[in-house]
Amino acid sequence: MLLIEDLQVELAEKTILKHIDLEIKPGETHALFGPNGSGKTSLLMTIMGYPQYKVTGGKIVFKGVDVTHSPINERAELGIGMSYQRPPTINGLKTRQMVEICSKDKKVNVEALAEAVNFNSFLERDINAGFSGGEIKRSELLQLMAQRADLMLFDEPESGVDMENMVLVGETIAELLQKECRSTPTKSMAQVRRERTKMGLIITHTGYILDYVPVDKAQLLYNGVLSCSSNPREILNCIGEMGYEECVRCTLEKR
Amino acid sequence: MYTREEIKQKAEKALDKKAAIGPDVDLNQFATSFVPHEYLSDEGMLALPEEEKQRLLLSGVDVTEKERGGTYIQMDTTVVHCKTKQEGIEVIPIKKALEEHPWVREYYWKLVAPDADKYTAAAEMNLHDGYVIRALPGTKSIYPIQACLYIGKEGLQQNVHNIIIAEEDSELHIITGCSTSPHLKKGAHVGISEFYVKKNAKLSFTMIHNWAEDMMVRPRSVGQVEEGGLFLNNYICMKPVKSLQMYPTTHLIGDNAVARFYSVIVGSPGSEYDVGGRIYLKKPGTRAEIVARSITNGATIINRGDLIGEVPDIKAHLECRGLLLKGGVMHAIPELRGLADGVEMSHEAAVGKIAQDEIFYLMSRGLSEDEATSTIVRGFLSLDIPGLPAQLKAEIDKAIELSKDVM
Ligand SMILES: Nc1ncnc2c1ncn2[C@@H]1O[C@H](COP(=O)(O)OP(=O)(O)O)[C@@H](O)[C@H]1O
Ligand SMILES: [Mg+2]
Repeated sequence: MLLIEDLQVELAEKTILKHIDLEIKPGETHALFGPNGSGKTSLLMTIMGYPQYKVTGGKIVFKGVDVTHSPINERAELGIGMSYQRPPTINGLKTRQMVEICSKDKKVNVEALAEAVNFNSFLERDINAGFSGGEIKRSELLQLMAQRADLMLFDEPESGVDMENMVLVGETIAELLQKECRSTPTKSMAQVRRERTKMGLIITHTGYILDYVPVDKAQLLYNGVLSCSSNPREILNCIGEMGYEECVRCTLEKR
Repeated sequence: MYTREEIKQKAEKALDKKAAIGPDVDLNQFATSFVPHEYLSDEGMLALPEEEKQRLLLSGVDVTEKERGGTYIQMDTTVVHCKTKQEGIEVIPIKKALEEHPWVREYYWKLVAPDADKYTAAAEMNLHDGYVIRALPGTKSIYPIQACLYIGKEGLQQNVHNIIIAEEDSELHIITGCSTSPHLKKGAHVGISEFYVKKNAKLSFTMIHNWAEDMMVRPRSVGQVEEGGLFLNNYICMKPVKSLQMYPTTHLIGDNAVARFYSVIVGSPGSEYDVGGRIYLKKPGTRAEIVARSITNGATIINRGDLIGEVPDIKAHLECRGLLLKGGVMHAIPELRGLADGVEMSHEAAVGKIAQDEIFYLMSRGLSEDEATSTIVRGFLSLDIPGLPAQLKAEIDKAIELSKDVM
């Protein structure tokens, strides 16, 4: 479980997140909406542990461990993973090596994983070097597949992805978050659902991703303040019709 | 053509001539008298002390000669092993070659001027030895030829002269190491190299330097590439040196000739490196590329690059990247000179530290900060060198891997 309590964050001496409360239970996935600059990426980076996002109040607890001030790699080891919107290029580091780094001691078949996101022809290329928007997404998903994190943070996974690849990206995320579950001979659908453990937080502007990944809750971030609605579709429609500001008002009132 | 006598006279006049760049070295502090060593048989090579074998291996020289087409090893001033294993490829000590093979005179001091500076002069006035390696027309080297210039005697100034010739349509690969005994403190190395890549020939020359902390190193090398020829010049130096200065130059004198220079330098504290590459593009269709990667851990590194496009329809690119890891100075001096309309020349130079966001990115995939840093450094140093045989690529990777402790 991820538990965030009264989190306050500064970036470059400016408060960008205020009194954030958030709880993601095992098996749950939340969508995160909000206008540009509202602090969505900042929230993900803070959960991942980027030190420039300075926590000035509150705490982040993951799997019962207070990670508020833990270094990034300790959080990764605990099972937090991220799909970045604009990851940096690392010259001379092949995508294949990056996937191996992600998989750590786990035995993974890099080719087979890459096959799933149609990425085999990129394995010998330097990671992110000259990747298009859609290629970056597939590369990030490939890394998460190898990493097998328990909490996955997705920063705008559908931006820059064409229609054809949208299906691939959507279905891969659903798979990662155990949303593509089917009943098995020994387990009922409900049981499989109950046994889901993976957690997700997905930043989305368009909501297209929701066509592939059913989410349990939607969060709306506005000016660094988080409000929550239990119905993602409702909130998305509301934003579409009335804009963010109006929508925040109604969701805040609902609380 | 100069006679041997005329060459000597020129050199003699230049004995005190300072080099155009780099700190001046007082050569009087070194001994140049001959140091005798016994010739090593194949068994003798295998019986070398383990420590020395490892030292040689670091420079790409494998005493078992398993995957080598030939070997030249010079200890101090003396040739201790010299042989070729492939027909059509000649490996001859230069002193012997000058005496026995008149054709060598056609190549001796034809590209490098004997009076260029005091170092070239010293190499002529007091030549110890060196190698002539030649691939006959049409011969393709199966395994690379290995050559090693080793210094074991304290305070020695080693003077060598090498001539490398890839005849028409031949393919020649050479891996060469310069190394010192693990116990050596002070010494100097003066090395003249002249490279001749003839029509449609291909030459790759991979040099790995492993010097000692108090070594002064002054290589002087010039190459020329004829029509359709390719010259690949790789340079790796990961160990300390007191002062290393070199500015290898290549002339592309035939249509569509290509030269590529790649260098990897990791500079330790107190070491001074002034290295560069200069390529003249003199004929249409010629191509030149210089790629330099250097890291300083407290060294002073001057990285020069100079591309001169003399005629239209040439292409040249220079890429120079420097990382400052633990202090030191990194000075990139890329130069482009276009002397005709229609040249296409570019350069990129970047000097800086490792980007934080790259470290964090890797940490978020589970690496510790130190692991992330060394992963980035290794990536930075790994060069994709088109046309280099996989085996030599592996040697370069090994040299980098084995030297990880200096990073
Ligand atoms: N490096 C930075 N330095 C200063 N301010 C920044 C920096 N990066 C982002 N910001 C600011 O922080 C706020 C939140 O940004 P961000 O989390 O990226 O928003 P979102 O992802 O919702 O678009 C914005 O006002 C943005 O301008
Ligand atoms: Mg953002």
